[in-house]
Amino acid sequence: MSEPGAQARADASLEGDTLMVRVGGDWRITEKRPDWQETMAGQEPKHIRLTGSGLGSWDSSLALFLHEARSWSESQGITLALEGLPAGADRLARLLAHKPARPDNPPGLPNLVTALGAATVNLWVEIKDLANLVGECAYSIGRFFRGHAQFRWRDCFSEMQQCGAMALPIVGLISFLVGVTLAYTGAIVVRQYGGDIWIADMVGLAVVREMGPMMAAIVLAGRTGAAYAATLGSMNANEEIDALSTVGVSPIDFLVMPRIVALFCMMPFLALYSDALGVLGGMAIAAAPPLNIPPTLYWAEMQTIVDLSDISTGVIKAASFGLLIGLAACWRGLQAERSAAGAGQAATAAVVTSTLLIIVSDSIFAVIFNILGW
Amino acid sequence: MNSHGSPSGNPFAIEVTNLECRYGERVVLTDVSFTVTPGEIFFVIGGNGCGKSTLLRHLIGLKQPGQGGVKYFGRDFTHADHAGRQELLRTFGVLYQNGALWSSMTLAENVALPLELYTGLNRAERAGIVALKLAQVGLAGYQDYYPAELSGGMKRRAGLARALALDPAIVFFDEPSAGLDPITSLKLDELIRQIRDTLGTTIVIISHELASIFDIADRVVMIDPLARGVIAEGEPKQLRDTSPDARVRNFLNRRGEPVGQQLGAAS
Repeated sequence: MSEPGAQARADASLEGDTLMVRVGGDWRITEKRPDWQETMAGQEPKHIRLTGSGLGSWDSSLALFLHEARSWSESQGITLALEGLPAGADRLARLLAHKPARPDNPPGLPNLVTALGAATVNLWVEIKDLANLVGECAYSIGRFFRGHAQFRWRDCFSEMQQCGAMALPIVGLISFLVGVTLAYTGAIVVRQYGGDIWIADMVGLAVVREMGPMMAAIVLAGRTGAAYAATLGSMNANEEIDALSTVGVSPIDFLVMPRIVALFCMMPFLALYSDALGVLGGMAIAAAPPLNIPPTLYWAEMQTIVDLSDISTGVIKAASFGLLIGLAACWRGLQAERSAAGAGQAATAAVVTSTLLIIVSDSIFAVIFNILGW
Repeated sequence: MNSHGSPSGNPFAIEVTNLECRYGERVVLTDVSFTVTPGEIFFVIGGNGCGKSTLLRHLIGLKQPGQGGVKYFGRDFTHADHAGRQELLRTFGVLYQNGALWSSMTLAENVALPLELYTGLNRAERAGIVALKLAQVGLAGYQDYYPAELSGGMKRRAGLARALALDPAIVFFDEPSAGLDPITSLKLDELIRQIRDTLGTTIVIISHELASIFDIADRVVMIDPLARGVIAEGEPKQLRDTSPDARVRNFLNRRGEPVGQQLGAAS
């Protein structure tokens, strides 16, 4: 045995046509070790004998060295003999030489055409999946009116409290600030024409018809939609939804409908609340310099343009947004992967899908209301 | 002793005929056929990824088979209409791998939900049954606990209490001892045997725990991923010692086949 801490070495000396390589010292994968090519530099032997002399501790680095020696000798047609070297190191070296049959090629990334095709097929599958959920909800409504649905009002009221009452502070704050922003931006335009008072018309109409319902919907998509998807997604991962099905309870009746109904019922109220706070925000800015419009005057002016049809368009839109957020969130939750990451991905997908549906449906409503002259 | 027996005088609690199980587009199992007699403790065994859990999902109707079908006490479950299916769903309970308790409800509410939906019992009577079921699995007094407040073994026992709520004739277990320590696992096995002995319940267990298999199984079927189906059926000890199939003997004797190049075999 060498003294501890001796550096790994491989000394080569030619004896006749046999090259003796004496391997010694401590072989550590973390330390420098002799290189086989360097050891063999300038040597042209017919046989090689690798011997362990004063070999201390060793690890995989020795196995690598032996592997290099063996593959080099084989490629040069030279015979190699090992003497006094640990059998374990040789076994490890032989594992490296063993070339296993290649397992099937990993799938890898598809090419552009395949990816495009797969994405299109996937889109079609997703549309069918959503249509399926809408259909199941329709059946569930049918069962509800025939008194067969496993719908629990208790759950629905609790969801209403979560998505309605608990959302009031954040919806209120955002709507108020949107009213403030609209008033500031509008003031730049109306002051140019000396029509300061029209700020009331502008903010009132924009808030009641568009921004009120829209802001409430966006907040609920982020707040409630994500929560629904995450809840259903983790229930799915934990087999809770399977457990409902095998007890004979429809997950649509029991989990999806209370949530959609809660959002559908609460959204109109949240939109009205959002309208009120938005108008208040505009009023607060108008009352301050440079506009200096008294709130009573602001209110009277706003009433000349905002009528019940404007408020009802907002409320109709809000109810539809509620429906869409509920559907998108529950859909994404139910189709979540059965893993810890699945619930998180479902929440993200729910927010993206519901925001997209809100904006698209808002544009459709704009066209419809325009045609109807509302 | 057998309180459930066979309602229509049928000799089989479960009859699986030529079942084809798919996982998405992939066919996992084909031509699976076996029968389970009432009051039997029956294991479906096999290595990881062989399709045991997929088979269970087909048996309990969470997935529709490509071909073949499942009958409970002689009544076709796979092709039953909605009403028939709802009725047959009540003949069995399922204990999922981690209990699958509904996390937003207390244990009492978890166990009471099936009772609430399918029985005319009033609140006090339901509370009585819930207390009985929880006591049966050794969780007396845990009514107001939420699933998150329980340990893994307790969750599984609570899941069992829920599966037993309607006193089903058959109870399915999906890997009941996965992730449990040996003592907890042993206690669960004892509980399973006790339930069978007391109520005559037919028990079907999906598992690869050899200790449980030899301890409580009356009969097993073994599934193999390459054969994509059943490769053996019979009593576990007999299969271990006398099966003509090496895969079955290796599995039951906990013996590995040489896979690739082994470190010790190289030199």
